[in-house]
Amino acid sequence: MPDFEPILLKRINAKASPWLDAYRADGGYSALTKALGDMTPGQVIDVVKNSGLRGRGGAGFPCGVKWTFLPKDHPGPIYLCVNADESEPCTFNNRILMEHDPHQVLEGIALACYATRASVAYIYIRYEYGAAYRNMQKAIDELYANNLLGKNILGKEFSLEVYLHRGAGAYICGEETGLIESLEGKRGWPRIKPPFPAVEGAFRKPTVVNNIETLACVTHIVERGADWFKTIGIPPDPKNPRDAGSYGSKLYCISGHVNTPCCVELPLGVTVRELVDKHGGGVWKGRKAKGCIPGGISMGLMTEAEFDTPLDFNGPGKVGCLGLGTAAVTIFDETTSIVDVLYNICRFFAHESCGQCTPCREGTGWMMKIMDRMRRGQGRREDLDILDEVARSIGIMPGTTICGLADGAGWPVKNAIAKFRPELEAYIRGGQKTTVSLALAH
Amino acid sequence: MAVVIINDTPVDIGTERLNLIQAAAKIGVFIPSYCWHPALSVVASCRMCLVEVGEKKPDGAIAMQPRVVPACQTPAKDGTVCITNSEKARTAEARTLEGLLLNHPLDCPVCDKAGECLLQDFSYQFGKSSSRMIDPKNTPPNKPDIGEHISLFTDRCIMCSRCVRFTREIAGSSELHVVNRGHHSEIDVFPGDPVNNPLAGNVVDLCPVGALANKEFLYKQRVWFLKNASSVCAGCSTGCSITIDHNKDVVHRIRPRENPQAQGHFICDEGRFDYPYVNSKDRFQQPMSAVATGGSPVAVQAGRLHHDTWENVIPTVRRELTNAAKQGGSEVAAVLSPMLTVEEAFLLAKFIKGLSADAKLYLGWVPTVGKDEQFPQDRKGNPMGPVKFTIRAEKCPNRRGVEEVLRHFQVELLGFDRLLANAGKLEALYLTAGYPPRLGAWLTDEQTKTLAKIPLLIVQDLAPSPISEAAKFVIPAATFAEKDGCYVNHANLAQQLHWAVRPGSMGRSDGQVFLYLLERRGLIQASALRQEIAREIPFFAALAGDLGEFGVKLG
Repeated sequence: MPDFEPILLKRINAKASPWLDAYRADGGYSALTKALGDMTPGQVIDVVKNSGLRGRGGAGFPCGVKWTFLPKDHPGPIYLCVNADESEPCTFNNRILMEHDPHQVLEGIALACYATRASVAYIYIRYEYGAAYRNMQKAIDELYANNLLGKNILGKEFSLEVYLHRGAGAYICGEETGLIESLEGKRGWPRIKPPFPAVEGAFRKPTVVNNIETLACVTHIVERGADWFKTIGIPPDPKNPRDAGSYGSKLYCISGHVNTPCCVELPLGVTVRELVDKHGGGVWKGRKAKGCIPGGISMGLMTEAEFDTPLDFNGPGKVGCLGLGTAAVTIFDETTSIVDVLYNICRFFAHESCGQCTPCREGTGWMMKIMDRMRRGQGRREDLDILDEVARSIGIMPGTTICGLADGAGWPVKNAIAKFRPELEAYIRGGQKTTVSLALAH
Repeated sequence: MAVVIINDTPVDIGTERLNLIQAAAKIGVFIPSYCWHPALSVVASCRMCLVEVGEKKPDGAIAMQPRVVPACQTPAKDGTVCITNSEKARTAEARTLEGLLLNHPLDCPVCDKAGECLLQDFSYQFGKSSSRMIDPKNTPPNKPDIGEHISLFTDRCIMCSRCVRFTREIAGSSELHVVNRGHHSEIDVFPGDPVNNPLAGNVVDLCPVGALANKEFLYKQRVWFLKNASSVCAGCSTGCSITIDHNKDVVHRIRPRENPQAQGHFICDEGRFDYPYVNSKDRFQQPMSAVATGGSPVAVQAGRLHHDTWENVIPTVRRELTNAAKQGGSEVAAVLSPMLTVEEAFLLAKFIKGLSADAKLYLGWVPTVGKDEQFPQDRKGNPMGPVKFTIRAEKCPNRRGVEEVLRHFQVELLGFDRLLANAGKLEALYLTAGYPPRLGAWLTDEQTKTLAKIPLLIVQDLAPSPISEAAKFVIPAATFAEKDGCYVNHANLAQQLHWAVRPGSMGRSDGQVFLYLLERRGLIQASALRQEIAREIPFFAALAGDLGEFGVKLG
């Protein structure tokens, strides 16, 4: 779709001012005015539910459905936790939204709180995002000064407090219950479920956790309606009754060995090849791509031959990847050693595993040690089988961990062994050693 | 009526709220676990208790979940199907164990826990004998001074976090934390804030592996040499159920024994670490007398007291007391220490009242230190949430039992202060004490002087003290570890003690001495005595039956 008009990035691409006056001049906060004036909270939920908006944070859970899980007639308070702990490697779409158009996000937050009757929103923002933190705080201050936050917003029966909370740099705090624990001042150890956050979340109250980009979408859905949203993206597969469809646009982050790394907004369903060739300026240095990480490293690996897979909520799964993830595509070129890629991935997860569940704590560490040894030229053929077994046995899918970090840690390893086995075997057989030094993660 | 199906066997769990580990235990199916503990919150993080779970629909069809789930976190509901012995469940357990052993040093030959270690046991039952990891293990530094009594062998830790949850949920002082992440996670304390709360020793029992060690016990004994006796802590009136671990007549360790009626799962450090006096060489080893009682004294101690034999001392004491009673029954008295068992108190009371109905019985000194301490309590000592453990201010185990014996033998309950007031009129006094030395001197100099004036003073105590120096006869007392009998705690719960060690070759237990004095034959038989007490004293009627593991409520 060459003529796709960006929605979330519209003002950002136009280099519009991020502040309130400019945002309002561009029609900002009309969705909130409309919702507070004409719609009941239930109607807002219905619009979002009908739009088929799925969470942009990685798991792709239908946003409106999540809101309906809150207990009815709860005396409150109900909390909204905004997940701005964008810690998936190669992902930077939330950062762009928060830095350059914070009011679009904040309007979505206000709408979500109105719909879910939440009285407080906590924005859990990644520590490394200093500029985003400052811009968001400035935007929040503007809102308080203009009666768009605080008591009786726009003179209506709706009050909302928004707090920014900076994380301390842990990947696991992007997991919703890890985020809640961290927000409560505890160690970021994901909680066992049930109870789910919608029933008992932050401070033991019902809590909704949504991603920044999801909430930015809410702004536009409320403004333009569910049917408009459904004109973008891909409808559900009629053969798959469990498919909720992939409606709307998505911010695709393109990074790695491309000429022009960028963040581009496109309707869901674009292929990796189109992203690379059209938006990323092709693979760098005139080389060919060897493969890519389709949606953050926890989603697995794709080979160059699979680049025609559409990046919607179902596409990556068809080629053995975990899912769409954050839609952050990282390309690695033909000269990249898959052993280095894998080592770096394993090292990341071994470093970021919270250490709570045995299979993940020990499994990620073990995989890193094996990959480290393999890089040093001392790999064994059976190591590939061990890696594969460990990768398949850790995670919530086999049932051996509390949260999904281990699934993400295992997936790229599993994919690499399935898709790049000849290269790995040749590496081991040839006794090759890698001399490329990788910057320390810690 | 809820019926759970464990490995094809239906288990009726009634209306109990159980998890699958507990439900399976009902029919003897063991599900291994590390992080789960009945007294602590569920974290489901060790992933040792993985089982297959499904649901039996009303139409009889069984729908199994595709993944394994932790049994500790899964409530047992009507129709829950749990499979523990399938290939899938067993493989999951074996994988967890392989993971736990990856960075474990396997130093069982020098590990204190060897022999009672859940990592050993589960590896043997559910694991593999070899590891596939050829890479170097992590070697975190040990922390020998994590607490006054506690040492942490960091590399052995399996991160079950039981100890961390204990200090947060039961003790309340939250000294222990997890630091670092992933496979570098460690248990640690903040600098300068060691685990020294009054319940700290429990983390050693909670540790399923050899990571947290009790420094008093460390490297003293291999656990397979230890013999166990179930007993009752004599430290305070809570009367915690304990297990005494001993070998060759030496007490090596005190551990809590779970008793929902008494204290729950834990004991305090006061009770846990206060056993060395039992093994002390400073205790009286044999009777002593200030006068020659026929025959030649075995040895002469400094001062006026001679070591003597039981054969000489017992008849002499009996004769002298009888003579004193003949001259005036009201001038004979005995002090029944709250450290005595019910049986002992009964025998002594019977003996003294048998000399003369006018003889007086007094309740011994009831030691009280500070106030009851309730846990969990925060760092400032304020109680937080529901009480889960209490250390009582009354530092003796059997005030209630001795009081009831006294009430039976004489209407008026006379306290120790009354004795001091009446001491001047006394001709003879049989004074039992037996207080653990940590309570310190329990008689002031003035009180000692008052009592020392009594012509026939018989002191039955553990170790020399000013009052024993003044006595005409000294009878060695026995400690709780050497006694058979029962204690009645603050809530009228009678619990059984079993002797663990013998009171030295020349020692006799208190009850045995009283049997001698009563001229009853044979060795002390606590259960037979309880039958007798139950018949005579209505309050103790329940003692006629078996006291069982957890004791019975009286009154």
